[in-house]
Amino acid sequence: MGMLFPQIVAGLSNGSILLLAALGLSLTFGQMGVINNAHGEFMMAGAYTAYVTSTIIGNKAVSLGVALVVGFVVAGLLGLLLDVLLLERMRNRPLDTLLVTFGVSLVLQQLARDIFGATPVYAEAPDALTNPVTVFGYSFSAGRLFIFILSIVCVAALYAVLKLTPLGRQIRATSENRDLAEVSGISTKTVDHITFFLGSGIAGIAGVALSLLNSISFNFGTTFIVQAFLVVVAGGVGQLKGAVIASFVLGLAQSAIELPTSASIGQMAIFLIVVVFLQFRPQGLVSIRSRNLA
Amino acid sequence: MTTSRARKIGARLGAAACVLAAVLSTAGCGWGRTVAEKEAADAASDGSTNAASCVDTSGDTIKVGFVNSLSGTMAISEQTVSDSLHMAVDEINAKGGVLGKKIQVVQQDGKSEPAVFAEKAKTLIEKECVAAVFGGWTSSSRKAMLPVFEADNALLFYPLQYEGMEASPNIFYSGAAPNQQIVPALDYLKEKGYKKLFLVGSDYVFPQTANRVVKAYAEGNGMQVVGEEYTPMGSTDFTTIVNKLKFSGADAVVNTLNGDSNVAFFKEYKASGLKADTVPVISMSIAEEEVSAIGVDNVKDQLTAWNYYQTLDNAQNKTFVKDFKAKYGQNRPTSDPMESAYTSVYLWKGMVEKAKSFDVDAVKKAADGVTFDAPEGRVKVDGENHHIYKTSYIGKIGSDKLIHTVWKSDGPIKPDPYLKTYDWAKSLSAGVESN
Repeated sequence: MGMLFPQIVAGLSNGSILLLAALGLSLTFGQMGVINNAHGEFMMAGAYTAYVTSTIIGNKAVSLGVALVVGFVVAGLLGLLLDVLLLERMRNRPLDTLLVTFGVSLVLQQLARDIFGATPVYAEAPDALTNPVTVFGYSFSAGRLFIFILSIVCVAALYAVLKLTPLGRQIRATSENRDLAEVSGISTKTVDHITFFLGSGIAGIAGVALSLLNSISFNFGTTFIVQAFLVVVAGGVGQLKGAVIASFVLGLAQSAIELPTSASIGQMAIFLIVVVFLQFRPQGLVSIRSRNLA
Repeated sequence: MTTSRARKIGARLGAAACVLAAVLSTAGCGWGRTVAEKEAADAASDGSTNAASCVDTSGDTIKVGFVNSLSGTMAISEQTVSDSLHMAVDEINAKGGVLGKKIQVVQQDGKSEPAVFAEKAKTLIEKECVAAVFGGWTSSSRKAMLPVFEADNALLFYPLQYEGMEASPNIFYSGAAPNQQIVPALDYLKEKGYKKLFLVGSDYVFPQTANRVVKAYAEGNGMQVVGEEYTPMGSTDFTTIVNKLKFSGADAVVNTLNGDSNVAFFKEYKASGLKADTVPVISMSIAEEEVSAIGVDNVKDQLTAWNYYQTLDNAQNKTFVKDFKAKYGQNRPTSDPMESAYTSVYLWKGMVEKAKSFDVDAVKKAADGVTFDAPEGRVKVDGENHHIYKTSYIGKIGSDKLIHTVWKSDGPIKPDPYLKTYDWAKSLSAGVESN
């Protein structure tokens, strides 16, 4: 049927949004084991950055470009602050970080409400991204295409950092065996800070990108946070590859299920799929075999 | 504890958090509502004594109560209603008050919670001894307050257009009944030759009920509903819905989405190549304020159905808009719910003056036929169902962020909350009354 192609595109687009939202989390949650409930608020910070730059800079395309960079830095610094001030004091206490970051998320939401007001605002997107592009006779959202490409770029960049740079090796080493990394001369504390900065910064980029599709309000991040966790857990904690596969599988599944049913059922079905999947494979899609005795 | 164990625990906790959050966000809301309704009912039942008699009419002031959400999610909208209510009272006081008494306002915060609305209404009636209460916005807030007003035989003036199927002897509804908003919107589409409708709405009471009316109308008027989609509140993913819309062959969209969802929907609609001149969207809950929040670029040239626009060209409205801006700021738009709230204060004044009394029963008895030259045009109270005769306007959203009338009904429409006078709606009203 004629809707097959556009629905596949919709599914891939949804997948890329999930991926973008989950990517930063797969670093902070995956590599460091921190359950950061404030991740969504870092996305919100990115989205508000896009709003602020759009009010300052007249050229919408330039504004978006600037927002992507500034959003990364702003959200990254927020993350760094959170890590230095609070999370550093509670390494290996996942329950405490769960609650503390939840509190931080509430504080950040209220802060956004005080600064920007409760009324939603929006960042004006470049015209090229709000108009449709036509492929094979079908019209698609150029904004969504941009988000798709951006998510792939972010994954590639993160992958390159983790696999090819000394910093990446240190992050992976710390994540695999903190004690051994420490005795090998790695300052795990610094590595943690950098990891958290990167992960939060990516959330900022996600926020800027997703502001293209939506209005920006203090609860911007809450829409994405649960699904982001879902992707990371289903993909296998700490596994970039897993997160990528899980995002696209869930994105496609959602648009496939939503087509004959409804949006509400589509959303519910995703949760159901993941819950059932985790019963059979609690370690997630991709897992590393480790010699750890734990 | 080793890192990998921490990571495993983390994974489990993460999964648990996901499921928990999902459960809380869906079931939690439903549960809250039942409690709210229960509390409202409790509040009503223990106040069985007739407390309306405590209204003090001896002094040279008379108390009325406002109950609006000044905090919580509804605050953005309800603050504007509170503002226009205050403006009406100030105007009336400047001209000598009601029956020679100055109106004294007791403002309460409904906090966007139906249970709080019920509690504050009870306070206003029984502790503050007000002669009438103005306010409420969501249908759930109205439904929570209804038993309180009926038990205490007090008066509520409710300003919002709503889904109908209600007519309490203790509530005056100054917003549109479905036959004054939804039906004219459909009449307009029919007149313009649109035959295939696509319905999109948020998943809650107003869109579902409104769309039942739309479906009945379509069936009785040779139109076809080619799609009906609901999204969870606050949903921002409209790719599939817009795909369905494009492939449904629809020639018009009836939109009952709420708040933020409109932004995502209209962006997706625009990005998929749909246009207002080929497949127009007629919206039931986008007024002047929402246009700026959604972004005028996304909704320009789309249609709305209301009973008032800031751009209406009559003397009363010009004064109303000028005074409102002078009082609250030049950048503040005026909208249907605000105008309706403003009008409700004058209607109460008219009823009291006709009854020559603040007594609830006397006011109710005098209500029939009370008129007011409102900014929306002349309105008249229907004593039978407590709604008001209103003119319906279909508007087009302009690039100036205002809405411009493109069609209006032949004069004020008689309110018919149960749609009893429409042949095609027979099954609807029958269904409701048997409930």
